[in-house]
Amino acid sequence: MTPGSYLVEVIVENKPLARDPEGETIHQNLILKGGYKQVTSVRAGKLLRMKVEANSPDEARAVVRKLSDDLRIYNPAAHTIQVRIVG
Amino acid sequence: MGKVAIIQFPGSNCDLDALEILRDIVKAKTDLVWHKDLDHDDYDAYVLPGGFSYGDYLRAGAIAATSPSIRIVKEAAEDGKPVLGICNGFQILVEAGLLPGAVLRNTSLRFACTWTRLRVETTRTPFTSRAEKGQVLEIPIAHNEGRYYLDREQIPELETNQQIVFRYVNEAKEPTGDANPNGSIDNIAGICNESGNVMGLMPHPERASLHALSSGDNNDGRIIFDSMMRTLAVPGA
Repeated sequence: MTPGSYLVEVIVENKPLARDPEGETIHQNLILKGGYKQVTSVRAGKLLRMKVEANSPDEARAVVRKLSDDLRIYNPAAHTIQVRIVG
Repeated sequence: MGKVAIIQFPGSNCDLDALEILRDIVKAKTDLVWHKDLDHDDYDAYVLPGGFSYGDYLRAGAIAATSPSIRIVKEAAEDGKPVLGICNGFQILVEAGLLPGAVLRNTSLRFACTWTRLRVETTRTPFTSRAEKGQVLEIPIAHNEGRYYLDREQIPELETNQQIVFRYVNEAKEPTGDANPNGSIDNIAGICNESGNVMGLMPHPERASLHALSSGDNNDGRIIFDSMMRTLAVPGA
């Protein structure tokens, strides 16, 4: 247990079956045109970085996961999220 | 005669257009109500207007959906009162869970501002009761996030429940890819809840309800407000 301030990131992106035109455009019109043929797909999303006071990294992550569900930081009909500790 | 509330959020910008049509054209008793000032379910119908509530931050409609006024709208919806969400109002209803699915960024990645043809898929809602099934209405859209999304396997249930209210169609009344301005799944332009009393649509009927403001001399949008008036005119409504 290490009480302190943790940096937590939430990454919101469209579900795999929901098209992501921004990612597709970046892939087709920038990355492939720029010659990086080894890149086979791009998904764009949204990143939220939060500072959270908590007793441990797990607690910080759990708080952010809960608020993401409670406050609909993402719309589960169309999005997925990843919550991760970065510092 | 019932009374209508148009709820204003910070960033609403089609509120006055809706007021003009409801109060001055279809002659409904209508109030503009700031979202924080709606304390009780004092109205017989609610309209969530278009705009860019809270700057569309996080996701269009996501922050307005947490306004206390939406809790009151939810109660009203459960009581069977008509609730209409136009454009950003539709996004708010979806984000609040009053309607299923999500409204995502247009596949074109462009703000789409154009006239569309909408085929009426059901007349069971308080907003389409004066239309005919299969009738085509010409109503404009103006949005960047208008792509209705629901998992493909959930669409048949929406269809069975008669929750698809409008589809974008072409001149031949067919829901083709060319007629789809934003990439919405199955060309869906508007849906309702299972009971039918809550409806959201991306197009702007309030911008197609006066000949003077419409191209092509149409006022097709008015049928939505006239339908609503008919519901409100029912004694006890």
